[in-house]
Amino acid sequence: MQLARVLGTVVATVKSESLEGRKLLVIQPLDGSLNNKGQPMVAIDSVGAGKGEVVFWCRGREASFPFLPSEVPSDCTIVGIVDSVFLDSRFTVSHS
Amino acid sequence: MILARVVGNVVATQKDHRYEGGRIMVVRPINPDGTDAGDELLALDAVDAGAGDTVVVVREGWSASTTSTGSPGAAIDSAIIGVVDTVEGEA
Repeated sequence: MQLARVLGTVVATVKSESLEGRKLLVIQPLDGSLNNKGQPMVAIDSVGAGKGEVVFWCRGREASFPFLPSEVPSDCTIVGIVDSVFLDSRFTVSHS
Repeated sequence: MILARVVGNVVATQKDHRYEGGRIMVVRPINPDGTDAGDELLALDAVDAGAGDTVVVVREGWSASTTSTGSPGAAIDSAIIGVVDTVEGEA
């Protein structure tokens, strides 16, 4: 899993039927210090995340598991909203 | 699997139910000599690792899910599956 910040929402009217009702978000992957790392990407939300929040996401085949028994096509799914990150005994972020 | 050092942890109230009771650790990949080797990722702890520990992290879903939650099928792609005592060898 990796940390990311939610940048915004993706609206797609024409999409796979299996994506109906799912929320697509644009996220910016972050390192442990919450610095941007890599390119923004599209993620499906499974926990009610919103713009500006720090989240963590799961990659690969496992990204579709939160929606079972629905078979949702995803290789990047937000699986948690971060309250705080403790790094090197340092308090990095508090998010509410 | 990769070698990594545990550098912190994440607290999240709202999360996928399969993460309940698990410890979400921040790990930094390292080289065999202990130098940093990339950006941090999150891994679920399966072996009671602690901050500062050198660990083995598996980055594959079935293995990560099974070791950290006891059963497969969770949205978990990485888990700490060993605490390293020593690494020996030559570069």
